[in-house]
Amino acid sequence: MTDVPRGTAGGPQRRSRLRHALGPTLGRLRRPFGRARGGNPRTTLLALALTAVTLMTLDHQSGLLDPVRTVAGEALGPLQDGAATATRPVAAVPEWFRARAELQHDVATLQAENSDLRGRLETSGYDRNRLAEYDRLTALAGETARVLVPARVIGWGPQQSFARTITIDAGSRAGVTTDLTVVSGDGLVGRVTRVTPTTATVLLVMDADSVVGGRIGDSMELGFLRGRGVVGESGRLDLELVDASTLPRRGDVVVTWGSSGGAPYVSGVPVGQVTKVYDSLRETSRRAVIRPFVDFSSLDLVGVVVAPDTQSDRALVRAGGLR
Amino acid sequence: MTAARGVVAALMAVAALVLQTTVLPLLSGGTTLPNLCLLVVVAVGLSAGETAGSMTGFAVGLALDLTPPADHLAGRWALALAVAGFLAGLFAAHQPEHAAPSRPTRRARAEALLRVLLVTAAASFVATSVFALTGLLYGDLGWAVPELLRGVGVAVGLDAVAGLLLVPLLLRPLVVHPVPVAVLGGAR
Repeated sequence: MTDVPRGTAGGPQRRSRLRHALGPTLGRLRRPFGRARGGNPRTTLLALALTAVTLMTLDHQSGLLDPVRTVAGEALGPLQDGAATATRPVAAVPEWFRARAELQHDVATLQAENSDLRGRLETSGYDRNRLAEYDRLTALAGETARVLVPARVIGWGPQQSFARTITIDAGSRAGVTTDLTVVSGDGLVGRVTRVTPTTATVLLVMDADSVVGGRIGDSMELGFLRGRGVVGESGRLDLELVDASTLPRRGDVVVTWGSSGGAPYVSGVPVGQVTKVYDSLRETSRRAVIRPFVDFSSLDLVGVVVAPDTQSDRALVRAGGLR
Repeated sequence: MTAARGVVAALMAVAALVLQTTVLPLLSGGTTLPNLCLLVVVAVGLSAGETAGSMTGFAVGLALDLTPPADHLAGRWALALAVAGFLAGLFAAHQPEHAAPSRPTRRARAEALLRVLLVTAAASFVATSVFALTGLLYGDLGWAVPELLRGVGVAVGLDAVAGLLLVPLLLRPLVVHPVPVAVLGGAR
């Protein structure tokens, strides 16, 4: 039996010899997981595989599993929330240790920006008046003004799942429903795909499955934005224009086109900037590459665009401030 | 494996799930991360055999399928991890309870580490591929095949390295006797 302790794989023959010799021990080793004693592991695996396939089919055909998802989300939501709260300060630590050179560079940039702003301040009286006009206009518009439910990101889907999704800490109690637009201070983030009472799942625009109607801000040309499934510094979106005769320019800003009723995407939310334009004779449409305004790798505070009369468990962000 | 070890395995699985969805992405900033849930399943498989491995894999996978931000069909990770757990269980080396634990030699340690590396890499490849394949079958996937292959490759590499570091640690509270699986853990 000298080879047993070091036994690596062991073919079926060797295994059965082993089992014969160590029968009682093996039984003890495996008992708590039930059915193991006389049961064949292969039968177990087969049963589990069949269950998994049944689940997939059920989930594919109907929404039977939605209540289960809700329960699972409710159970794990507080844990995720707590872990995210505990980690946030730690995640900020690298910022404190940034290199001196970088800080010097920052100081120089800020000084330049400061003097620029000081120059602009001279003309701010006029701008302020103009802003007041806009404010009154916004108040007049009332219904068209956007109302946001503020939320924090508390979970990220694993990259191995090949889907780019996040969890936010606002759910149906906060007035969030599926197919609502999610934005951050910088621009479009994605849309809500699933909701539990306290959390919601957001499909990022960077997901390979995500298609958003886009419009070039300058020329009002329409197109479709597709994600590539890559989040992070190198994450880009592809823009395909509907009208093949027009060519976007580098630096053009792309905003959302918007769907009827504002679901899943409201119109006019900035998405990104054109960085490259591909123009080939063989293809019927022109393709452009868009760098998104939102930094998806450091996403934290986001807002869900809801109807103005939404009932929520928290203060909503409106054009005039929190209310 | 006793009931107490089952509880330890369950706690490990929950911890892995929370770490994987919340803490690590915050710290890493959007890069691909090793699949911690898979590592827990591999550790259980290596310490308790095919049955326990596949059942743990199914349970952990189902949790991964159902908790937000999962947005795919339920059962895909469950199937993938059940197969991975079974696979790892095939390589479990059982040890009689009465055997006197001898001090492991260097060679035995190296062999055991190599085994962990290979088993983790194989389990990772199988699990990620099964997950991707079920996605293709059910049309639940927006990825082209070359990108998929790249994704699987990156996942396998990361999991193998993380497995080499973490699986020995995860095995410590799970094994009956330190030899030979925990030759790695250094418990004596």
